[in-house]
Amino acid sequence: MQMETQIKPKQRMKRSRINRLKYGEYLWGYLFIAPFFLGIAVFYIWPVLQTFYFSFTEWGAFNKYSWSGIDNYTKLASDKSLMHAFQNTLQFVICSVPLTIIFSIIAATLLNQKVRGLTLYRTLYFLPVVTMPAAVSIVWKWLYNGDYGLINYVLSFFHIKGPTWLSSADFVMYAIIIVAVWMSIGNNMIILLSGLQGISSSYYEAAEIDGARPLYKFIHITIPLLTPTIFFVTVMQLISAFQMFDLIFMMIGDKSMVIQSAQTVVFLFYKYAFIDNAKGYASTIAIVLLVIIMVVTAIQMKLQKKWVHYE
Amino acid sequence: MKRMFMVTLLAFMVMMAGCSGGSTSSNEGGNASSTDSKTTDTNTSKETKASDSKEKVKITYAGWGASPYKEAYPMIKEAFEKTHPNIEIEIQDTPNKQYWQKIETAANGDNLPDVFWMNGPRFIQYAANDMLMPLGDLIKQDNYDMNNYPKSLVDLYSYNGESYGIPKDFDTIGVWYNKALFDEKKVEYPNATWDWNKMIEAAQKLTDPTKGVWGIAAGFDSQGGYYNTIYQSGGYIISDDKKSSGYDKPEAIEGLRFWVDLINKYKVSPTMAQMTDTEPLNLFTSGKVAMLWEGSWNAVEFSSNDYLKDKIGVAALPKGKEQSVVIHGLGHVMAKNTKHPKEAWEFLKFLGSKEVADIHTKTGVAIPAFNGTQEAWVKSKPDLDLQIFIDQLAYSKPYPVSRYTAKWSSLEPDILKKAWAGEVSVEDAAKEMAAKMNEALAAEK
Repeated sequence: MQMETQIKPKQRMKRSRINRLKYGEYLWGYLFIAPFFLGIAVFYIWPVLQTFYFSFTEWGAFNKYSWSGIDNYTKLASDKSLMHAFQNTLQFVICSVPLTIIFSIIAATLLNQKVRGLTLYRTLYFLPVVTMPAAVSIVWKWLYNGDYGLINYVLSFFHIKGPTWLSSADFVMYAIIIVAVWMSIGNNMIILLSGLQGISSSYYEAAEIDGARPLYKFIHITIPLLTPTIFFVTVMQLISAFQMFDLIFMMIGDKSMVIQSAQTVVFLFYKYAFIDNAKGYASTIAIVLLVIIMVVTAIQMKLQKKWVHYE
Repeated sequence: MKRMFMVTLLAFMVMMAGCSGGSTSSNEGGNASSTDSKTTDTNTSKETKASDSKEKVKITYAGWGASPYKEAYPMIKEAFEKTHPNIEIEIQDTPNKQYWQKIETAANGDNLPDVFWMNGPRFIQYAANDMLMPLGDLIKQDNYDMNNYPKSLVDLYSYNGESYGIPKDFDTIGVWYNKALFDEKKVEYPNATWDWNKMIEAAQKLTDPTKGVWGIAAGFDSQGGYYNTIYQSGGYIISDDKKSSGYDKPEAIEGLRFWVDLINKYKVSPTMAQMTDTEPLNLFTSGKVAMLWEGSWNAVEFSSNDYLKDKIGVAALPKGKEQSVVIHGLGHVMAKNTKHPKEAWEFLKFLGSKEVADIHTKTGVAIPAFNGTQEAWVKSKPDLDLQIFIDQLAYSKPYPVSRYTAKWSSLEPDILKKAWAGEVSVEDAAKEMAAKMNEALAAEK
């Protein structure tokens, strides 16, 4: 009894001191992240919440809006052009993400060797990333021109009559995918390159002693040890692929005859919000896309246990 | 502890969301009072302005003049500032494609330019939503003479019997043609006696696939294209009471078919896909197309184009069942909540004056709306028969508008282009367009 009463106040004192200490630490911690957090809250979290609210409203001219309940969500289900836009987006994601990852890995591996003019090659591959998408679009638009474009001119040497790439419903999506892949290789390549350089050379030395060939080393050492980076790159790439907008806006435009075959969900969102001025319904689409991206990312997080090796 | 903090933070944020959500929705009701307070604000500022006229006031003036206005803008600014030393004009020029998005954003933020260009299709939307300053009292107070302008244009910028805009200019459509391509094939130049068949015949003679030259560009264009042919075959786009679409009437279908046939039946025009890759205007200015239906506003562009300037000609539109052409004109309007209504009105009056009309004619940018100055515009390009744009006034018909014109006109490319591309028949496209347009018109009331 006596002992217990002796210990209790001590413990209590200790705990409260820890609390006070911890409290101070937390306070300072939160104080330090406050500027950043406030920025995020004002420019990201708050708009997201607002969009959620707007998805239940109906908009008229000059930003006058009124509550409309779940009308927008029921309208969503019967919107044919939205379904079409989802198909287009899915096609874009399924084609562009694997291609980007594969080409980025190849580029990164090749640039991880000691060759002459390495920095030059690295710069060349990275150049599309630092070029303005607007400039990229204009140049590619000319390359793709059906009658006077360089691509069809080159094809004519092989007696192939090239299509009107950007104005034929069958080719337009592939034309966009090619540019998108070309543009995003650079960024992913740099991240993968840093992943490659993080792999300890002792693995390769050990494999060489055992007489492993280069391809074998690539498949059994490089790829497995690169999986954390590949995973990161895939998640980021998938998210940005779902949000494809700029190339379609600049290379196709809302008045093109093939826009139905090229418009992604985000483009349709833009069209509803800023051309048709139906900002309420557009918010609904944004929310649905947000949910889809969240679900896809969550699935990826779950699946990573099956294929990602952490050292 | 951490979790606790996050939970409280979240709760706090939700509260914040609730509060601001409430304030934005209440804003709607409170809007009227807030604008009231704003107008009293401007009233007081107006009084102080009047007592202290030496203070320099800046008036913003927005339009989409682009390169043809390179000369005209500075001349307007200079001429006005010379007689009004206390007012400075700031010109904000935006390409036509982005202009309306910019103006609409500005309108949402109560931040409209003091004086800006307005067109027919958008006018009612802005006037009906209280964005524009009614000019009736100012006109009466200054005895400003609205008879200086064609009545059809004054009416275009009136809403519920009140004037909101001063007519700036007007435009009609003509057939622009490349004389060199006509001479090469020994074809007679287009003239006012032509009908549709004559034009198709000429286009057939001019088309030369080996050289990549087409007789005409049947681009997808409303004002420069199918609106005219619908009128020419006796149809209409919107009924006079603005309640129903005319697209499904047989006459309108005839008017649309004219263009589709040029591409898909007679094959005298580039395909829709080709014209998507390279705009008809660019095909014309590079000698790939012999004839192009385009507006009078191209006079400066075509007559200064290095390739075209010695080959360009222009003629009145051919006759379908009857002769017709779309007329449209721009207006100058003033923002309702301008901070300097007095100075803006001064500038607006100046823009409507003969002096500015003369600047228009001198630079040739547009046919000025001020009566009696059109002749000078015709003479500004002596090599071109610009008189045809004035002569066509006799049988011109108005550009079709309703309260929310964009709601249905934005559907036109989506639906009608499928006919141009040959994917659906003209009848089906026209019927679908009429149905959707009637839906949009019904929602306007």
